[in-house]
Amino acid sequence: MSGWTKIDGRAVALRQSNVDTDQLIPARFMSAPRSEGYGSFLLHDARQEDAAHVLNRFASADVLITRRNFGSGSSREAAVYALVDFGIKAVFAPSFGDIFQSNAVNNGLLPARLSEDQIETLIDAIGEGDADASVDLIDGSAMIGGHALSFDLDPVWQQKLVNGWDDIDLTSQHNEKITKFRAARFAAHPWALPAT
Amino acid sequence: MTAPQTLFAKLWAAHEIMLREDGTSLLWVDRHLVHEGSHHAFAKLGDRGMKVAAPDLTFGVVDHYAPTRAGEVAADIRRMIDTLGQNARSQGIRLFDLRDPGQGIVHVIGPEQGLTLPGLLINCGDSHTSTHGAFGALAFGVGATEVAHILATQTIWQKRPNTMRITINGVLGAAVSAKDLALHWIAKLGADGARGHAIEYAGTAVEALSMEGRLTLCNLSIEGGARLGLVAPDQVTFDYIKGRNFAPTAAAWDAAVNDWAALKSDEGAVFDCEVTINAAEIAPTVTWGTSPEDALPITAHVPDPANLPATKQEQARAALEYMGLTAGLPLEAVNVDQVFIGSCTNGRIEDLRLAAKVLAGRKSRVPGLVSPGSALVKKQAEDEGLAQIFTDAGLEWAGAGCSMCVGMNGDLVGSGKRCASSTNRNFKGRQGRGARTHLMSPAMVAAAAVTGHLADVRPLLEGRT
Ligand code: SF4
Repeated sequence: MSGWTKIDGRAVALRQSNVDTDQLIPARFMSAPRSEGYGSFLLHDARQEDAAHVLNRFASADVLITRRNFGSGSSREAAVYALVDFGIKAVFAPSFGDIFQSNAVNNGLLPARLSEDQIETLIDAIGEGDADASVDLIDGSAMIGGHALSFDLDPVWQQKLVNGWDDIDLTSQHNEKITKFRAARFAAHPWALPAT
Repeated sequence: MTAPQTLFAKLWAAHEIMLREDGTSLLWVDRHLVHEGSHHAFAKLGDRGMKVAAPDLTFGVVDHYAPTRAGEVAADIRRMIDTLGQNARSQGIRLFDLRDPGQGIVHVIGPEQGLTLPGLLINCGDSHTSTHGAFGALAFGVGATEVAHILATQTIWQKRPNTMRITINGVLGAAVSAKDLALHWIAKLGADGARGHAIEYAGTAVEALSMEGRLTLCNLSIEGGARLGLVAPDQVTFDYIKGRNFAPTAAAWDAAVNDWAALKSDEGAVFDCEVTINAAEIAPTVTWGTSPEDALPITAHVPDPANLPATKQEQARAALEYMGLTAGLPLEAVNVDQVFIGSCTNGRIEDLRLAAKVLAGRKSRVPGLVSPGSALVKKQAEDEGLAQIFTDAGLEWAGAGCSMCVGMNGDLVGSGKRCASSTNRNFKGRQGRGARTHLMSPAMVAAAAVTGHLADVRPLLEGRT
């Protein structure tokens, strides 16, 4: 995965709170291989039931502004695949589902936290339309619908998004430590190994 | 003398291989559980030509797509199950497949097989991995990229979460269960109320819970946004584990119990956040909306969005519309179309016993499905005569798996249909497109079955022991 530092694109507002992973991608689509692309599954049922859904009207949106607890629910990384394959690069919300956030960062999608007030200001500014959005990962700033903001992002995740790091490579450098740890753990606590 | 430590801190320290300068820890994983949904992760591993680092600590199970009723299995479901089988075989992983007597939902069979033990770090590509914390294990769900990482290295990078202690003192009322307790605190704190926290459940009401109850409580931690849930192990825990398939024996057992006895928060240990709940205040609880936080005592009325805090109004209106409910309606007046008993939340033997206690000698007014959490639970329920009670009541007795909790195997609730369900998520479309889910305890599901509407189970249990 390649990293990124800046986005210049278009933002839309998804006015709901608690957009859970079952809404982001209904379970019935999750047996598809990733190579087929997950973009059409994004918020599938909501988009199919409402032709005027914001993501139907603005299919080239890059940035999503939404309310609290976005991505709550299951650990399905497919929810992030759906967003990424649709073309979303950053989501701004007051809070995110815990596992969703890590999944997002692992796939180059920025989960940026703003206060509830900031989010409400942006939602009012964007309304039912879309708006210019630029996001800078390096200094944690954004300009959305004419509003300049700085957002909250864990520095570890910022580095990961910028560098596009792959953890497996990173961890492999510590193989020796891991092997030693395993041996010491099971020597001291033999019960921790599965019996039989 | 060292400062008093939380249980969480002890578990974390026992698994920390290294701490990176940026504050992220590399943790050792003692058990890694995989299921059909792990196919993305195996594909990632395959792309790199890597092998599973610790197949002896990795266990697979068919659950999400497991067929629970006789008949044709759709091709894509078959393919999901076969893919897991191939991955398990080629990587040398012990698989509980459909024919295995130990098959079942991953969070039911982990404890049942003795794979889940106090003091372990357990990961699974499933958010309800928090369930296993009921044993005093550090257990949390991860996404596919992280599953691939664990497969490749048997470790995981994590930022240390904050700690929260939820203390529930007093005694739970008659027919009030761990499910009610969980829905109660989630309604109180919100579906993101414990976001990013490791919760330790404590207090006399928690100590009094059976292992099954503790599993239900920890299972639902994720619905309040928590990273994981914990209950300090005690004699109840040890008694449950002893003699299980993969549990330690002989000298290893004695050493284990010795180590496990130290797994509790020290007197005076400091938590980032403390919440106290009085058990006596909790009533049988049901959800009315599309988030687990939308929960109320069964004696309440459907809320009027206009009376809710401004930030909740829009969501509540949308929820009522989706659920087909009007503000002000007594919850007991809400008719249901069907019922479901099962899932990793409430598909264990004790759950089935409680539901059967309500259903015995009665008929269900609506159709319903009962899917035990595992093949062993199924067998035990049949031996105890519970299955007979369900079928006599007119409910369908099915095979073990995730079943109607998520509908991946085709056990779906129809569009617009209202289901009283012992599961954990009432999200839009969770049990099927357009399905309307009301979460509650298995006893409350049974009450809904025999009355045909959301109902208080307490009068139905009077005189029954
Ligand atoms: S029973 Fe439901 S919540 Fe539990 S693992 Fe299966 S699908 Fe997930």
